[in-house]
Amino acid sequence: MEIFGLPLTVVMGQIVVGLVNGSFYAILSLGLAVIFGMLNIVNFVHGAIYMLGALLAWLLLAKLGVGYWYSLLLVPLIIGAFGCVIERTMLRRLYNIDHVFGILLTLGLAYIIEGLARYWFGAAGMSFEAPPEFSGAFNLGFMRLPKYRVWVIVASLSVCLATWAIIEKTKLGAYLRASTENPAIARTFGINVSLLVTLTYGIGVALAGFAGVLAAPIYQVSPIMGHSLIIIVFAIVVIGGMGSILGSIITGLLLGLVEGITRAYWPEASTVVIFVVMILVLILRPSGLFGKE
Amino acid sequence: MTSTLALEVKGLQAWYGESHVLHGIDIKVNRGECVSLLGRNGAGRTSTLRAILGLTSRRTGQVRVHGHDVMPLQTHQIARLGVGYCPEERAIYSSLSCEENLTLPPVIRPGGMQLDEIYELFPNLKERRKSQGTRLSGGEQQMLALARILRTGVDILFLDEISEGLAPVIVERLAQVIETLKQRGYTILLVEQNFEFASELAERLYVIEHGEVVSHIPASEIALKHEELKELLGI
Repeated sequence: MEIFGLPLTVVMGQIVVGLVNGSFYAILSLGLAVIFGMLNIVNFVHGAIYMLGALLAWLLLAKLGVGYWYSLLLVPLIIGAFGCVIERTMLRRLYNIDHVFGILLTLGLAYIIEGLARYWFGAAGMSFEAPPEFSGAFNLGFMRLPKYRVWVIVASLSVCLATWAIIEKTKLGAYLRASTENPAIARTFGINVSLLVTLTYGIGVALAGFAGVLAAPIYQVSPIMGHSLIIIVFAIVVIGGMGSILGSIITGLLLGLVEGITRAYWPEASTVVIFVVMILVLILRPSGLFGKE
Repeated sequence: MTSTLALEVKGLQAWYGESHVLHGIDIKVNRGECVSLLGRNGAGRTSTLRAILGLTSRRTGQVRVHGHDVMPLQTHQIARLGVGYCPEERAIYSSLSCEENLTLPPVIRPGGMQLDEIYELFPNLKERRKSQGTRLSGGEQQMLALARILRTGVDILFLDEISEGLAPVIVERLAQVIETLKQRGYTILLVEQNFEFASELAERLYVIEHGEVVSHIPASEIALKHEELKELLGI
């Protein structure tokens, strides 16, 4: 069976790859959107944190024998705590000055983290085995669907939706939204906005750490794995609308699919298709697909 | 420390960046009392409230809330001592509905009003509870800004220019609400430019000019000093 001249297996294979990539885009752009919404900081260190998540999972397994499932819980906690320290010691000092200083600081941090990782572990990738529960594939008849990739899609989307629900449907989320819109008044209600800001940054980067652990068995664990990915994720955040929580999730997933389908039909264009969409969106709707005009 | 004082401010000075806005404010408010800060625009009345709450960039002097020194505290910690702030700009959250705005501030101590009591006091808010907060009329937004701090258990209310820009019938309704709140034992610090509104409600008046208290008028003298007050306020 063929779809527009290509075998179904090829098209479906690329759709699955697109969905997996889209899941990573969604969870990473969600973290960026949460951080931008609350702190007004474009977090350029996000890609390096994602890499750190994968590297930590690899280290925990290789040096301490800590398995995948524990890493999936431990790594986001460690990364989240690391994020809280970054926010308290560095980012906090930049809130009252131009945004560009936040970009420069987080960009500098990204280079330092990646440089240190390269110094200690080299640039070559390291392999990380998927947990035995997810080895093998589902046989769908027309294609084999790797179990781990299904898990990645389910886990990413579940975490994304849970984060969205916390922000939009809970009291804590209402405090977060209120503190984003008018922090001074939120403080006069007795809300500890300063603590909320720290926690938000911690949770935002913990999402990147979680994505890193999920990615470790799929991609090679390497100090540069977050480098190119973060540029795509920034494009997705722009397309979805800076700071839009649901927008970043939906756009991340959709653009993963667009990229996958483009790879099936026009492989040469697959690396640029997201940026073409970004330029079109910036021209036609600068606030993004889900951003407020 | 005097147990009957809800609020004691001595020599309060405050700055917004380089701008020195308060030059030594002294005021006292007893528990259950309604006191008004009067003055012209830019005199420093709102800045006094904001400085007490730690919302100015710098402040010096002494501020005690229920006997607690609040100068080393952050804004959210001062609020938790029982201070509710209804700001001049109302600051209704556009991303939240009327009821979400109403239930947003956390309950900081028991004794706050229940939602149905608040709706009884402000029936309009009940009718508009599903509407987006910023879609309410000016009067309704003012009621919402006041109502949302009544739920939290605070007992000191900082009300900043609540009558400003509202129709006389709404101002009258707000005056009735403040009377009710006084009867319920709230301590109220009322910043006003509307002299008639403030003098009807307040038991004492402080007149502020150029960031300083220039006149203190107890309840017994308000009627006698009408003319002097009008002159001070430029009415």
